[in-house]
Amino acid sequence: MPSVTLTVNGKSHTVDIEARTLLVELLREKLSLTGTHVGCDTSQCGACVVHVDGVSVKSCAMLALQAEGTDVLTIEGLAAADGTLHPMQEAFREHHALQCGFCTPGMVMSAIDMVMAHPEGMTEEDIRHNLEGNLCRCTGYHNIVKAIAAAWPVMHGKELVAAE
Amino acid sequence: MYDFKYEKPTDVAAAVASLGADMEAKALAGGQTFIPVLKQRLNKPTVVVDLSKLGLTGITVTPTSVTIGAMTTHGTVAESEEVKKAIPALAHLAGLIGDNAVRHRGTIGGSLANNDPSACYPAALLALGGTVTTDRRTITAGDFFQGMFTTALEQGELITSVSFPVPEKAAYAKFRNPASRYAMVGVFVAKLAGGVRVAITGASQGGVYRHTQFEQALSKNFAPDAIKDITTPSDGLNSDIHASAEYRAHLIGVMTKRAVLAC
Amino acid sequence: MNAIFEGIGASVRRKEDLRFISGRGNFVDDINRPGQTHAIIKRSDRPHAKLISIDTAVAKAAPGVIAVFIAADMEKDALGGIPCGWQIHNKDGSPMAEPPHPILASGKVRHVGDPIAVVIAETRQQAKDAAELLDIVFEDLPPVATVRDAVRPGAALVHDGVTGNTCFDWHIGDKDLVDAAFARATKVVKLDLTNNRLVPNAMEPRAAIGEFDPMSDDYTLYTTSQNPHVIRLLMGAFVLHLPEHKLRVVAPDVGGGFGSKIYHYAEEAIVTWSAGKLKRPVKWTCDRTEAFMSDAHGRDHDSTAEMALDAAGNFLALRVRTLCNMGAYLSTFAPAVPTYLYATLLAGVYKTPAVYAEVHAVFTNTVPVDAYRGAGRPEATFLLERLMDVIAHDTGHDRVALRRQNFIPADAFPYQTPVALNYDSGDYQTTLTKALEYAKWDEFPARRAAAAAKGKLRGIGISTYVEACGIAPSKLVGQLGARAGLYEVANVRVHPTGSVTVFTGTHSHGQGHETTFAQLVSDQLGIPISQIDIVHGDTNKIPFGMGTYGSRSLAVGGSAMVKAMDKIITKGKKIAAHLMEASVEDIEFKDGKFSVAGTDKAKTLAEIALTAYVPHNYPIEELEPGLDETAFYDPKNFTYPGGCHVCEVEIDADTGVTTVVGFTAVDDVGRVINPMIVEGQVQGGVAQGIGQALFENAVYDDQAQLVSASFMDYTMPRADSIPNILVGTETTLCTHNPLGVKGCGEVGAIGSPPAVINAVVDALRDFGVRHIDMPASPQKIWSIIQAGRPQMAAE
Repeated sequence: MPSVTLTVNGKSHTVDIEARTLLVELLREKLSLTGTHVGCDTSQCGACVVHVDGVSVKSCAMLALQAEGTDVLTIEGLAAADGTLHPMQEAFREHHALQCGFCTPGMVMSAIDMVMAHPEGMTEEDIRHNLEGNLCRCTGYHNIVKAIAAAWPVMHGKELVAAE
Repeated sequence: MYDFKYEKPTDVAAAVASLGADMEAKALAGGQTFIPVLKQRLNKPTVVVDLSKLGLTGITVTPTSVTIGAMTTHGTVAESEEVKKAIPALAHLAGLIGDNAVRHRGTIGGSLANNDPSACYPAALLALGGTVTTDRRTITAGDFFQGMFTTALEQGELITSVSFPVPEKAAYAKFRNPASRYAMVGVFVAKLAGGVRVAITGASQGGVYRHTQFEQALSKNFAPDAIKDITTPSDGLNSDIHASAEYRAHLIGVMTKRAVLAC
Repeated sequence: MNAIFEGIGASVRRKEDLRFISGRGNFVDDINRPGQTHAIIKRSDRPHAKLISIDTAVAKAAPGVIAVFIAADMEKDALGGIPCGWQIHNKDGSPMAEPPHPILASGKVRHVGDPIAVVIAETRQQAKDAAELLDIVFEDLPPVATVRDAVRPGAALVHDGVTGNTCFDWHIGDKDLVDAAFARATKVVKLDLTNNRLVPNAMEPRAAIGEFDPMSDDYTLYTTSQNPHVIRLLMGAFVLHLPEHKLRVVAPDVGGGFGSKIYHYAEEAIVTWSAGKLKRPVKWTCDRTEAFMSDAHGRDHDSTAEMALDAAGNFLALRVRTLCNMGAYLSTFAPAVPTYLYATLLAGVYKTPAVYAEVHAVFTNTVPVDAYRGAGRPEATFLLERLMDVIAHDTGHDRVALRRQNFIPADAFPYQTPVALNYDSGDYQTTLTKALEYAKWDEFPARRAAAAAKGKLRGIGISTYVEACGIAPSKLVGQLGARAGLYEVANVRVHPTGSVTVFTGTHSHGQGHETTFAQLVSDQLGIPISQIDIVHGDTNKIPFGMGTYGSRSLAVGGSAMVKAMDKIITKGKKIAAHLMEASVEDIEFKDGKFSVAGTDKAKTLAEIALTAYVPHNYPIEELEPGLDETAFYDPKNFTYPGGCHVCEVEIDADTGVTTVVGFTAVDDVGRVINPMIVEGQVQGGVAQGIGQALFENAVYDDQAQLVSASFMDYTMPRADSIPNILVGTETTLCTHNPLGVKGCGEVGAIGSPPAVINAVVDALRDFGVRHIDMPASPQKIWSIIQAGRPQMAAE
C-alpha cells in the first residue's frame, strides 16, 4: 500500500493509504480532522476547501498522494495555540455569517485565501465573485460577504478601500 | 473510485513510457475534471501517472508568442502580469475557468488534452491559431481538436507546452451554464495579421469550432455591427435543459459581438 | 443585572458558532463508532420496472463484504413499511390511497433512486466495489414522469390497484357559494400556473449510523434529522417494532434541513436493523448525486386559479384547481402539504368572501415529494400573488391599490377565512407601506429609465403574504388527518448552584436555538446566557418532542419553555416564602430574585435552587426537593406571520439574463427575540425563494429520468447571483401564545418567489407578457423577448 508524508496544521504525518484515497478522506478518516466537509461529488460546493502550500484547493478533487510533501492547513489549524481565533473566524461569528455551520469551514478557508490574494482591496462584487466556488444554503450569502469585508482590514492592517 | 497504481515520474520520458506501456494508464494533470470523473467511476485506469513533477510549468513571453508549460495552472495564467500584457484575453479566459480553488489546481495541458466541449481553453487555442507541443511533435490547433473529448494525441503522448501567437487584439466572452458554470457558449475572437479568427466553445456537438462566416465578416470590418445580419444556424448545436440549440445559436452572435466590443 | 443586555430583543452573537468556525462541529458523518462497517445502497437506475431477480452471490464474496441484504431478508423479519404520518380523505369521504412503501424495493422499482439492496463492507470503497457486482434483472415498465402523464387516460399505474394514479381527490371551501359569486361577477380573471419542482439540497448530505448493544438489546441511531423523537416513534413502532426504551435516536449537529430531514427515510431503518443483524455499527453517508434521487423533493404543482370580481375590483370569490405530485411513494407528511398547508392559505391577506379549492394528488415515477421550506404556503402565495398582478394587468387596476383595497383590515382580527383558518393578528397595510418605503417604490420610474438608457429592462414587483406556522393544535390537526400530536416539550433543569440546562424537543440545524432559547430563559429567569445550556437532538436526554419544521420551534417549543419556567418560578416562590417566612402571595420574582413585596428581603434563584437540592430548611411536607420542571405545550392555534416583499430586477434583453438588483422584505414575525438571527433567517429564505424563481428546477425527462441530478445541472443560488437583502420587521403580536411570537424560518421562502416573478413580468411589460412560470431562466426570458418583439414592431 502506498504511503504519503505531509504536514497538516504544522504536524507531520506519514500514512499508508490506498492510491484512490482523496485528500479529504485522508483528513477526515485517517487524521480525524472532520472539520473539512464533503457536500457534493462534483467539486461544486466548496465545503471541502483547505489550503495546500498556502492556496485554496478542493480537497475532494485531489488525491492524498498528490499532497506528498505539502503543507496543508485546515479549519482546525486556523486558531492560534492559545485559542485566539483567526480574524476571519471572528468575523464570521460577529456578522452571523453561518447558520447550520456545514459549509462554514470551506467558506472560511476560501475567504482567507481570497483576502490574502487581494491586498489591493476588494469590492462587494469582488467578494461575491470570489465566492463562486462555495455554496451556502442557509445564509443567502449576505452576512458571509459582510464578514469577509470586515475581516479584510484586520488581516491587512489597513482600511479596506475598494480597488479600482 | 476504483483503485489504481499511482506513479509520479520525474521526467517526461518516464511518464511517456508508463503511459505507453498500458492502454489503461491515464495521465493526471490538475485533476479538476479527471478526479471527479474517477469518483463517479466513469473511468477505470490501471495506472494513474501524476505529471506534477515533470517540470512542465512556466510561462515564456516573446514579442510574438506566449508559451505556457502544460502543467501551469489556470490561476497562474490568470494572474501572470506577462500574459496580461501580451494577451490579456488569455489571462481573462483563465480567470473565468472554475473557481479560485479549481484554478489553483487545474492546468492548461489537462484542459486541452481532455477537450471538453464546454471548456474555455480550446476556444483560445483555436482562435489564436496556437500550437500544442508534445513529447514527440508540434500540432497546430486546427489539427489538434478532433471532436468533443477527442484530440490528435496518441496513446501515451503528453502535451509539454502550448504556444499562442500574440494577436493584434483578442477577447473572450463567456456565457456560463448557470449550474455548472462551464461555457454554455464561449466565444474567443482574435484579430491577427492574417485576419480575424473566431472560435466557439460550449455550443457545438462537435466541440470547439471556428465560425467562418463571422471571421469573413469581421476580417472585412472589425466591428460588432459587421455580424448583425448573420444568423448562426442551430444545426449541430447542443440542446439541454439550460439552452436549446436555437438559444445557443443566438448567444453565439451576442457573445461574439461582446467579444469584438471588448477587443 | 447583566452587564450586557442579552435578553429578548438583543442581537446576541451565537453560542453555537465557536465549534462551527473551529471545525469542531459534530455532524453525523463526523461520528465513527468502534467496529464500524459501511453501507452502500444499491439504487434503481430505472424509473419503473419489475424486479425479476437479484443475484447477490458475487457481491457477497467480494473483498471486505460483510453482508448484502435485499427486501426478502427484511420480509423474513416481518419489518413494516415506511409509514405515512398524515391521512387525507377524498371528496366522498373515503380515505386516500396509501400503497405500501417498502424499505427496500419489493417486486417493482418505482423511481430512479429507489433502494434495492444494501451492501455492507469493512470500508466504504469495498461496499461500493461490491455493489457493482449485484446482478439485478429488470423488466422495464412504461414510466409516469409528470402529473399530467399520471392523469392521462391509459397511463401506466405506479402502484397496482391505485386507479388513475390518484392518491386523493380532496377539496375545501363552499363550492356553491363560489359558483354563485362567479355567476354574478362582472369580471373573471383566470391564470394557469405551475410551481416548479425543487430539490432542497441542505449542504450536509443525509447520513445515518445504526448501532446495537447485544448486552442490553439497545439500539442507537445517529441520524441527520430535524425531529429525532418522531423518527424513534415512526421507525420503532411501525418499521422495526422496537420499543422506545430500547431505541435511542440522536440527531447531533445537522447541516441544514429545510424540511428534507423531517421524514423517516429507508436508510435509517436499514442501518439500524442491519446493525442488529451484524452486531456491529453500520454507517451510511449519502453522496450528493444520491441525495438528488433520494431526498424528498418539494413543490411540483399544476394549478388553475380564477378570481371573480365586481366592477369596483373587489374580490368576490376564488376558485382553484391543483394537480400535485406525491412522487412514487408517500413521504411522511406529503399529503398534508398540498392540502392543509396550501389550500387553507388561499384566502391569503385578502377578504375574499368565498374560496373553493380542489386538490388532486397523484403518484408518478419520481422521487417522493414532501414539505420543503414553506411547504404549501409558497405554492399558495405564488398562486395568489401572481394572480394579483394578472388581475391588475387584465383589469387596469394599480397592483398596489388592488391589494390594499382587498386586504383584511387591521381591525378585523381575529379573522375567520372561508378556508378554515382563523388569523389572530396582522397589519398588512403597514407592512406594505413600510416595504414600499424601504424599497423606494415611488422613485422606481427614474431607475427604470436609467436602466433603459444602459439598454437594460428594469422591473419591480411586490408580494403581500400571510402564512400559517407554529404547527399546531393537536386536536385540530388530528381532525385534519395527522397521525401525531403537534405539541412541544421542554424540561427546565435548574442545577443546585443556579445554572440552567434546558432540554427541548425541537431541533436546531442552523436556526440558532442554543442562543435564542438561552436569551428567552435569561429573560425569564434573570440569569446570564453563559449560565444556560440548551440541549436538543437526543431521545435519551429529552423527555419527548415533535421537532423543528413549520417555523414552530419558538412559537411552540419556546412556549413550552415558558410554561416549564412558570412552574420553576411557582415552586421557587414557595421555597422563597418558606425561607423568608413570608406568604407565597407576597413573593415576587424579578431579575433572577425572589423578594418579599415591600421589603428588601430577597433570595436569588441560585439560593433557592441550592435550598431545593439541599433541603435542610425546606417545606418537605408540601414540596418535593429539586428544581426541575417539564412542560408540554399544545398550541391553541397556528401563528400567522405576514408581510410584504419587494423585488427589483434588471434583464439583459440580448441574453435573457435576469439580475436581482434589490430585495426588500418587511415581515411581521411577531415578537423578535434575536433580531440578528431573524434577519439571517429571512435572508436565507429569500435566497431560496430567488433560487426557485430564477434558477432551481428539478427536471425529469419524458422517460422519468432525473436530468438535473447534480450541482452540474441543478442551479444553486451562489453569492454572485443573490443581492444584499434588506430586512425590516413590523410587529403585531401573536395573541394566543405566551411570547407573542409567530415564527420566521419560512417567511423568506414564502414571500419572495412571486415578488421576483412579478418584477420580471414588470420588466417585460412591453413585450406583451402576462405570466412567466418559474424558474424564469435566461432561455425562457429570451424566448419571451423573441416572441414579443414582432408584436412591438407591429404596434
